[in-house]
Amino acid sequence: MADETKAPEQSAPRSESGPGRPGGDRPRFGGPGRGPGGPPREGGGRKFFRRKKVCKFCTEKIEDINYKDYRLLGQFVAESGKIVPRRLTGVCAPHQHRLSAAIKQARNIALLPFAGRAS
Amino acid sequence: MNRTYELMFIVRPDMTDEDLDKLISTLQSAVPATGGTVKSVEKMGKRRLAYAVRRFYDGIYVLMVVEGGGAVIHELERRLRVTEPVIKFLTVRVDEEQKRLDKIKKLRESRKKMSAQPAAAAAEEAAPAAEAPASA
Repeated sequence: MADETKAPEQSAPRSESGPGRPGGDRPRFGGPGRGPGGPPREGGGRKFFRRKKVCKFCTEKIEDINYKDYRLLGQFVAESGKIVPRRLTGVCAPHQHRLSAAIKQARNIALLPFAGRAS
Repeated sequence: MNRTYELMFIVRPDMTDEDLDKLISTLQSAVPATGGTVKSVEKMGKRRLAYAVRRFYDGIYVLMVVEGGGAVIHELERRLRVTEPVIKFLTVRVDEEQKRLDKIKKLRESRKKMSAQPAAAAAEEAAPAAEAPASA
């Protein structure tokens, strides 16, 4: 909380960077609290310890994210057919890029559904 | 200009094996005419589609790996489009991705060597360890 009030004060004297600051802070707001393995925030109401999420592709050294491998891709697709965001799966950004591209290719060739369950 | 492409296409499920072979061979024959080569053809078998395509819920998947320029793909896609039993197809260029994968593989192997050599020579202090990267 102390950081939040301090940041605008610092940036305010510096001409135009003031308005940009709070907006930039907003997405990161939830970040430190739920950060990987970070200590739970006071007053956040979160009692349980969040397991540190790691990128599956980095740990298992899977470099080839291919559209043909629908079993692998299926792990990152929700029941509804949506691509699961990486804040939930813990996949790192470079791999999420490739993953989403591969999922979209797989959808195109009817290996994965656009919406709903593959039946 | 040699590029590698993967053509995956789905034919309707009620197609017989002979018809499928005939279809594949006609596609294959079109490739050399446009200056390309067929690297491999793989019938992936019948599979349930994730969604209905032209009212079909199943399809026979075929994967073709082709090397050549854009003209090859242009011709093959045109043929696939006019071929009645083909219900869906997808072309993906794979050579750049393959290049990237090979690079990573090479990097990993060289790293493995680097880490293996100092580990073997660790007992003999730092002098052999310094030699190892130079020889590699």
